[in-house]
Amino acid sequence: MIEIKQLHKSFGTKQVLKDINAVFSSGTTNLIIGQSGSGKTVLMKCLVGLFNPTSGEVFYDERGLTTMTRQQQSALRREMGMIFQSAALFDSLSVLENVMFPLDMFSNESVARRKQRARFCLDRVNLGDAENKFPGELSGGMQKRVAIARAIAMNPKYLFCDEPNSGLDPKTSLVIDQLISEITKEFNTTTIINTHDMNSVMSIGQHILYIHEGRNHWEGSMHDVVKANNPALHDFVFASQLLKKAKQGILMDQHE
Amino acid sequence: MLITQYLFTIGKYLLLMKRTFSRPERMRMFFKQYVRELYALGVDSIGIVLLISFFIGAVICIQIKLNIQSAWMPLWVSGYTTREIMLLEFSSSIMCLILSGKVGSNIASELGTMRTSQQIDALEIMGVNSASYLILPKVLGLITMIPLLVVFSTFSGIIGAYATAYIGGILTPADLTAGLQHDFTPWFFWMGIIKSIFFAFIISSVSSFYGYTVEGGSVEVGKASTNAVVASSMLILFSDLFLTNLLS
Ligand SMILES: Nc1ncnc2c1ncn2[C@@H]1O[C@H](COP(=O)(O)OP(=O)(O)OP(=O)(O)O)[C@@H](O)[C@H]1O
Ligand SMILES: [Mg+2]
Repeated sequence: MIEIKQLHKSFGTKQVLKDINAVFSSGTTNLIIGQSGSGKTVLMKCLVGLFNPTSGEVFYDERGLTTMTRQQQSALRREMGMIFQSAALFDSLSVLENVMFPLDMFSNESVARRKQRARFCLDRVNLGDAENKFPGELSGGMQKRVAIARAIAMNPKYLFCDEPNSGLDPKTSLVIDQLISEITKEFNTTTIINTHDMNSVMSIGQHILYIHEGRNHWEGSMHDVVKANNPALHDFVFASQLLKKAKQGILMDQHE
Repeated sequence: MLITQYLFTIGKYLLLMKRTFSRPERMRMFFKQYVRELYALGVDSIGIVLLISFFIGAVICIQIKLNIQSAWMPLWVSGYTTREIMLLEFSSSIMCLILSGKVGSNIASELGTMRTSQQIDALEIMGVNSASYLILPKVLGLITMIPLLVVFSTFSGIIGAYATAYIGGILTPADLTAGLQHDFTPWFFWMGIIKSIFFAFIISSVSSFYGYTVEGGSVEVGKASTNAVVASSMLILFSDLFLTNLLS
């Protein structure tokens, strides 16, 4: 479980996040949605400690992030997995070495066991045959999947995904969404996903936090989104004609 | 304020060094990186060091013989001067100045790219001390390799000098040998090694600092790699002055 309390973040005089409060429970896929530039990435970086919040606190199962020592923070981070907006694979290492990296660094198991674990994770994302390739030789979607494999290699308790399906086609996006939500249930992780992809919202959004102008403007599940009586959220979610039509369809379905 | 800005940069550099010089989390990962850097920074520089030193050795010998030596100087002067210039200044200081261009920009752009593509963030998220994992092997790797490069450079310079004798016929090999053996002070050799170790630290740590602290995109990576070369060259020149004074 991750708890955010009164989190503020400014860069100089620019206030990006204003008084964010939320609780993300384990075993659920939590979505943070909002317009481009609304502060989703900044919020995630505050959560994992890459940015220090200007004020406020983040609790990981009652452990406050900003009051930790460096050692405690390192220990906590070994329980985290993160998929960056740009995949951020180590380009001097092969796919298998990338996935093995956290194991090589922190696990005391034999090389054979570590390899086995890395291969298992790669199979999990359907990339068993790409283990000797280098990141530069992979497509964007494959890189994202390697990043997922690397993030789950250590069996993380907390999984962070910054726009896991930006720049991917709808079908691949769906595969990645399903993968993340399966992993969440399978390992009971607390998963937080930044996205502005409405397909993700409607297919895996168990708990959705809508950030608007730096505040948490709306909170609910995917079933609530269509019914929500919130103009800003409505404008954001049902931006296209196609989605507006879809919304009417969903509402009609629910009536019958 | 320029002064406060400088102090701020120095403070940031020192803090980074403090994080860098901490015990590696995994010795086996450290050694893997260390060996990689021995190759990338040291072995890959041998070619350029040999090439440049060969020509400089030859040119010094020709200059002394044709332009400086006059009738009242002993015949061994050319060989002697060539040896001392190589040992005292070229093979340590100037060679490091040249290497700061090659190695410094290499380090800064590699780390800068890792920063902008969030690979450093990814390391941090895993709970790895990224400064120690990335920078320490570079610093120790270059410090390990630099004495070797100094020795190679000196020898290559002497071979260059012999080439002017045997191929160019500028002076007789016997005169050259006599000069090279004249009044040899072993301390001069050690002085070069000691200086080069300081310079190796400057090149690797300063360039790492500029690369590691990049903010922005590819333009900033380019700037950082230029700044790394300029700053480490400057620091080498200044510290050369002090070290030479101190060690002589
Ligand atoms: N390091 C930084 N320094 C100053 N301002 C920043 C920094 N990082 C982000 N910002 C500002 O914070 C705001 C939110 O940025 P953020 O990257 O969180 O947006 P986002 O919601 O992730 O957008 P996208 O969906 O496009 O990824 C932006 O206005 C940006 O200019
Ligand atoms: Mg973002």
